[in-house]
Amino acid sequence: MIDTIIDRINIAYAALKSGADEIAAARKSSPDPKIYIGMATCGRAAGAAEIDGIIRGLLSELDVKADIIHTGCIGHCYAEPIVIVDDPRHGFPPIMYYNVTPGKANLIVRAYIGRGDPLYEHLLGAMTENELIPSVMGFPRFGMEERLVTEHCGHIDPEDIQEYISLGGYSSLARALVMDPIKIIDELKKSGLRGRGGAGFPSWKKLDVAGSAQSEKKIIICNADEGDPGAYMDRTIIESNPHQLLEGMAIAARSIGASSGIIYIRHEYPLAVKIMRKALDDAAGLNLLGNSILGSDFSLDLEIFQGSGAFVCGEETALILSVEGHRGMPRMRPPFPAEKGLGGKPTVINNVKTLSTIPAIIKNGGEWFSKIGTSDSPGTAIFSIVGNVVHAGLVEIPMGVSLRRLIFDICGGIPNQKKFKAVQIGGPSGGCLPEIFLDIPIDFDSILEAGAMMGSGGMVVMDGDTCMVDVARYFLEFTQRESCGKCTFCRIGTKHLLTILEKITKGEGAMSDLDTLESLSKEIRRGSLCGLGKTAPNPVLTTLQYFRSEYIAHIEEKRCPALKCRALTAFYIDLDKCARGCDACVGSCPVECIFTAKGRKKGIDQSVCVKCGECVTACPKEYDAVKRISPAWKVPIVEKIKESH
Amino acid sequence: MSKTPLPDDKAMLDDIAAIVEKTGCERKNLIPVLQNIQDRFLYLSEDAIKILSGHFGLSSCEIYGVATFYNQFRFNPPGKHQVKICLGTACHVKGGDIILENFERKLKIKTGHTTEDREFSIDKVACIGCCALAPAVVIDEKTHAHMTPTKIEGIFLGYEIEKEMKIREEKKRDDKDTPA
Repeated sequence: MIDTIIDRINIAYAALKSGADEIAAARKSSPDPKIYIGMATCGRAAGAAEIDGIIRGLLSELDVKADIIHTGCIGHCYAEPIVIVDDPRHGFPPIMYYNVTPGKANLIVRAYIGRGDPLYEHLLGAMTENELIPSVMGFPRFGMEERLVTEHCGHIDPEDIQEYISLGGYSSLARALVMDPIKIIDELKKSGLRGRGGAGFPSWKKLDVAGSAQSEKKIIICNADEGDPGAYMDRTIIESNPHQLLEGMAIAARSIGASSGIIYIRHEYPLAVKIMRKALDDAAGLNLLGNSILGSDFSLDLEIFQGSGAFVCGEETALILSVEGHRGMPRMRPPFPAEKGLGGKPTVINNVKTLSTIPAIIKNGGEWFSKIGTSDSPGTAIFSIVGNVVHAGLVEIPMGVSLRRLIFDICGGIPNQKKFKAVQIGGPSGGCLPEIFLDIPIDFDSILEAGAMMGSGGMVVMDGDTCMVDVARYFLEFTQRESCGKCTFCRIGTKHLLTILEKITKGEGAMSDLDTLESLSKEIRRGSLCGLGKTAPNPVLTTLQYFRSEYIAHIEEKRCPALKCRALTAFYIDLDKCARGCDACVGSCPVECIFTAKGRKKGIDQSVCVKCGECVTACPKEYDAVKRISPAWKVPIVEKIKESH
Repeated sequence: MSKTPLPDDKAMLDDIAAIVEKTGCERKNLIPVLQNIQDRFLYLSEDAIKILSGHFGLSSCEIYGVATFYNQFRFNPPGKHQVKICLGTACHVKGGDIILENFERKLKIKTGHTTEDREFSIDKVACIGCCALAPAVVIDEKTHAHMTPTKIEGIFLGYEIEKEMKIREEKKRDDKDTPA
């Protein structure tokens, strides 16, 4: 009897696979050029839709048949829009073109697809090793990464389930269906996988609790409510490879015996919602979801719930309340959701990255996974690394790589020959780490020890022009606004922290404020129920600890060392450098505060200036006459000449 | 704009009543139906909340309590062109607040408000996920990358030209229609 179920599952999967393989083989053997365009949200923002239109128009004009494939995001945001052209007729390997403008798109179609000129000056590299064009893998941003979860992101069409299956997709689900559920949890235990949502809680434990709970109904939830400003890897994964997530979710559901599940996606991600809807339909159409999956006795129904934009709903109990139609305010734990969650049923909530990792673990075994990364934090870490860094975007590296290697070797360091100042890890819950921490390994525990937090994986690199007090104020403004208001210390405490920080950035702070910041921060940590309040003071505490001198400069000298805090800085025009009669800055000023001074040079009316810095950009590089100064009272006074005709 | 423009109030309320009618009155449907109404009409009016209050058997203030908790919902109609300024971390580091201030100055309204002629409204948004393009602004569906105060002037000039063109075209059409 059992044999027949196993046979049935294996036969059903084999049929799916061979069908998908046939489609893939047909596509591969077609002589038509294949054009891959990255069409995730970030690509679209950079203009990929326009490029797509241009390429299609030109192809029909030249009467060339081509297969245009819309892929997700490859994670190289600095290079968007990205177009990969695979045209074997010309004897070249697939080529990646970067920052494709309408002009470049024109060249790609006319010169490369039309005439076989690979446009060496515009390409980033070849996608495979070959003897004609250097491969992108020689480029550190590609070669030094280790892509496990994001392996197929940006290479496949997220809306094509067959392509995912042909790459071995859903084979882990087929395997999990014939495994004893306890064995699945055992395999995850062996792998040492820790939750990628931030806190790093061992994933198998949640499943184990829910798995052994006695209940006729259990629920699995995928947390894609990525509220951290500056983190977008969950969105990228959904928009680039949704089926991998669904497969992981189905395996996790099978391990605890859940029969229904919810994918909780932020409403700010309309494209992710759309792609996920299609993925759910496609998977159900092939019986990879729904009743008796692949002929087994396991059924799972998944639906999408759109989060309405509240950072605190990333917290498990708050998320559940919002699904139930209430304000998302966290409650006391225990009972943990794994015992008593949505509608009182055992509920396991996992992050997108955690669930997307599961198929690889089931496929290759827990032991294989435990050997990647460090022994306490096995696997890879996915960061969205942004700010003052050359090759910004999504990076996947094994745990244990140092921050220096990540920022300088892989991501190309700081642009414009500026100096590294700090790296902010973990968003509003994380902290700012200065240069001395660059050599610590990236793993859950080392980062926590340094005072930051892995968080959801947002990483912002800051150069010397960033004011650390302002950064702390920015994150506090965010957490203060997002505090749900349940705990007094979080609700009122963060408000006070913010008020004090605002005072300091305006030059109205006192030295005693620093002690208040510290003591209040500690109280907020102690007096808050959930992670939001417990971690909200982190940006303040880390900046106070590592950049105290900046706070002191703001308070005692009314000076912002980074020349960033606008109340403490002023712009002026250096009359020795200003060119007679050059009016470049005048037109750029949005408030028209630049006047002509003696000798047809320019001056800034300090009473009107809004300190936007536009005149700095407008001033020709060879003059470089617009300067910033802090404290603001030191600004030289330039006399206005009386207008005469 | 791809979304429905503001219809007159009566039609809107009938439409909302029809949407609500189709929804079950369990509490878990509250947020999805709020989203539904907002998607269609771009804001939640006082009357809409009253309809929901009757349907779910909850007080209006309970529904306001839920709706105001989440950032998604707005309670006044947005402008014809919605200006959304990204204030995610990367945009902040690169001066997103300056861009916000410039829009506020240019349109003479504060964040969350709509201009008197209902042409423009300004909203802050958390990260829109194009950090490499910071500071970024989304107007209607189009993302404007690497914003500067000067570019803002350019954008508004574009809208003015577009408006002027439309007026001229209409005039031309009218001239044609009226027999000489």
